[in-house]
Amino acid sequence: MAEHAAAVAHQFDDAEQQRGAAELGMWIFLATEVMFFGGMFTAFTAYRWLYPAAFAHASRHLDVLLGGTNTIVLIGSSLTMVLAVHGAREGHRRSLLVCLALTMLLGGVFLGIKAIEWTHKWEDGLVPGLRFTLTGADAGPQELFFFLYFAMTGVHALHLIIGIGVVGVILALAWRGHYTAEYHNPVEVTGLYWHFVDIVWIFLLPMLYLIGRHGP
Amino acid sequence: MARSGVRVYVAVFAALIVLTLATVAVSYVDLGPASVVVALSIAFTKAVLVVLFFMHLRESPGLTWVVAGGGFFWLAILIGLTMSDVLTRGWLPVAGP
Amino acid sequence: MTTAAALVAEEPRLHYLNESYGVRSWLLTTDHKRVGLLYLISLTGAFFVGGFFAVMLRVELLTPAGDLLQAETYNKFFTMHGVIMVFFFLVPSIPAVLGNFVLPLMIGARDVAFPRLNLLSWYLYVLGASFTTYAVVSGGVDTGWTFYTPYSTMSSTTQVMPTAIGIFIVGFSSILTGLNFVVTIHRMRAPGLTWFRLPLFVWSLYATSLIQILATPVLAITVMLLGLERLLHVGIFDPALGGDPVLFQHLFWFYSHPAVYIMILPGMGVISELVTCFARKRIFGYHYVAFSSIAIAVFGFLVWGHHLFVAGQSVYAAMVFSLLSYLVAIPSAVKVFNWTATLHKGTLEFRTPLLYALGFIGLFTIGGLTGLFLASLGMDVHVTDTYFVIAHFHYIMVGGMVMGYLGGVHYWWPKISGRMYPEGWGRLAALIIFIGFNLTFFPQFILGYLGMPRRYHAYPDEFQVLNVMSTAGASILGVGYLLPMIYLLWSLRYGEPAGENPWDATGLEWRTPSPPPRDNFATAPTVSGEPYAYPGREPVHG
Repeated sequence: MAEHAAAVAHQFDDAEQQRGAAELGMWIFLATEVMFFGGMFTAFTAYRWLYPAAFAHASRHLDVLLGGTNTIVLIGSSLTMVLAVHGAREGHRRSLLVCLALTMLLGGVFLGIKAIEWTHKWEDGLVPGLRFTLTGADAGPQELFFFLYFAMTGVHALHLIIGIGVVGVILALAWRGHYTAEYHNPVEVTGLYWHFVDIVWIFLLPMLYLIGRHGP
Repeated sequence: MARSGVRVYVAVFAALIVLTLATVAVSYVDLGPASVVVALSIAFTKAVLVVLFFMHLRESPGLTWVVAGGGFFWLAILIGLTMSDVLTRGWLPVAGP
Repeated sequence: MTTAAALVAEEPRLHYLNESYGVRSWLLTTDHKRVGLLYLISLTGAFFVGGFFAVMLRVELLTPAGDLLQAETYNKFFTMHGVIMVFFFLVPSIPAVLGNFVLPLMIGARDVAFPRLNLLSWYLYVLGASFTTYAVVSGGVDTGWTFYTPYSTMSSTTQVMPTAIGIFIVGFSSILTGLNFVVTIHRMRAPGLTWFRLPLFVWSLYATSLIQILATPVLAITVMLLGLERLLHVGIFDPALGGDPVLFQHLFWFYSHPAVYIMILPGMGVISELVTCFARKRIFGYHYVAFSSIAIAVFGFLVWGHHLFVAGQSVYAAMVFSLLSYLVAIPSAVKVFNWTATLHKGTLEFRTPLLYALGFIGLFTIGGLTGLFLASLGMDVHVTDTYFVIAHFHYIMVGGMVMGYLGGVHYWWPKISGRMYPEGWGRLAALIIFIGFNLTFFPQFILGYLGMPRRYHAYPDEFQVLNVMSTAGASILGVGYLLPMIYLLWSLRYGEPAGENPWDATGLEWRTPSPPPRDNFATAPTVSGEPYAYPGREPVHG
């Protein structure tokens, strides 16, 4: 099993070339993800500038406690993820498995809290297109805010779900002894992806939750 | 380059938590237009910490730095040039018929 | 070696086409050469579907009245012509077909960095094409390939959603191809193959890949937001909420302008290969040509606002975009100067690939210069949304890119198939295409300048003569395109067997048998010399 895992794919000359290609490939993929989320960040920036009061107003509907807690949960999952990679590098199978499992768990907690938040939004009638009951002069721009809120946190959650799935697969393969200190590229690149998902949320927190908190 | 040990990871984690609490706390203070600058600065600092330490950019070859920086730089082009339109719509009125 | 011995020696040799048989060996292939051929077949199909819509448009435009097609149908036809030609033919064309086939060979590698991802790219293409095909056969879409809001989100009753989904999916095909090529070029070059020894085709593929990676994701998210808005009947481009339709245009063109460079850069790379080989000369100014590809890719990201000059964009931003649009022409001009200088005092062999290259250089120059007309704010106000724009981009896309594609297909055909195409027919087809093309599109410059708007199925009587000329040209062009289809297929069976290097060209791809073995090279090559080490004065052999 260990030899199978350590095999170099036929197009590569050696393990080092394979590792370098995997790492570069994932970083480039993450650059594409920056641009993917970036389109929504652009729209948000434009409307935030055009409708500052409405956006502040809308932002105050969001629950800072839940958002802040989720941020800490996700940062925690980044810690467990990097510790998993560390475990893989050192060849510590037990620590790799435990940390991957914790990462999945914390990711799940994040999604759970998100689900609670979204349910509250539904109950409050703040879901554009499906159940939006705000009225008033700035209801239009507020609806823009909430459309972007659901689009951005939704796409983020989708990426997180995929991430949890991938970590699960890596966990299963690690359980079956596929990774050694010499070969664990999939663990490394999964880690990179996971940290990226964390970084997106690091920006979403202030953008969405913390506009005009000091206001009326 | 020396690889980060567990201690470094935990230290970075602690810093990220502190910065998270800070950004939430600061948002309750009225800093006027500086609020956005402060919030984004804290977010950037957190992102940089994750990229350098958790994503091991410190130990990575120069090409990786270019890719990492390139993505953000290109996003800056998208946001920047788009905003150059949004911000200046009212500046130079077009002569009417 | 005698002919008989050569034929006997070729028969039992294993290569990438005969090393395994059966549908599964093709549909599950991870061989970049087979993936390139899968794309070749798919793209040819797409070209003919897109071409069908073009034929219908031109037939309608024979008469001033809108008598063949209803306006709504006409709108659908130009939309689908654009969608299919842009997203399902031009964007993938050279990278996915020629790039996939030739890139690993050119750098001395056994395959691309991620062969399975390569196959996935093709499947994503097919899946995206399926959604779009469904849209076409189930009523069509009429928003224009540009999908401007709020029409596309709120008013159009046509198949916007499946088309949007199809474009979303095929975008990822493009992204993965770009990602694969960048990693391959960085990590898998043969020993001794430094960056400045690379063929210029590789530089152009690299630049193209950068654009694919950085621009396409923005298209994806924009199309997703469009789809969401259509689904929920509210969204961020909705003026009723305070949304800005111009924001859609910013996001759309952030991809779609660089996309035109995705479409043309690989063609430019092919031309560099063709002029050096068929003028038997080193490229003039290698470094300038290499860096100009990167410059086009980078500058190309800074000019998208020139599509919004009359859309309600700020005049201040428009001035900035106008200036930047002038700058982006400079690296393109550098290429044209350098190709011309390479041809100058070269020993020209007017083979089919060179004919296509010469056509490219002339027609791209015209198309590019007319781009400068459009970059000028004052001029653009008059000719935007007229046939002037249509002529401009068809000169580049068809006069440039498609001719570059055909030139490349002919040039590498011996390597791909092991056969030579019939040279007489090749030259004839190239000539017919050149004549047909100019007759189709030059009148459109005049029509646009005179004020004929685009996307209308009817027009004032005084424009009829030029429209008839254009349609006549289109029928000639159609014949020209059919010819290679026929004789290239014919050559698979009856073409003269090509040796390893029928053009006596430089480049690693010519140092392995035609067709190449599965892993490209019997022994991994090393590189020690400069690229394009042509003697300078001697004619092509064979």
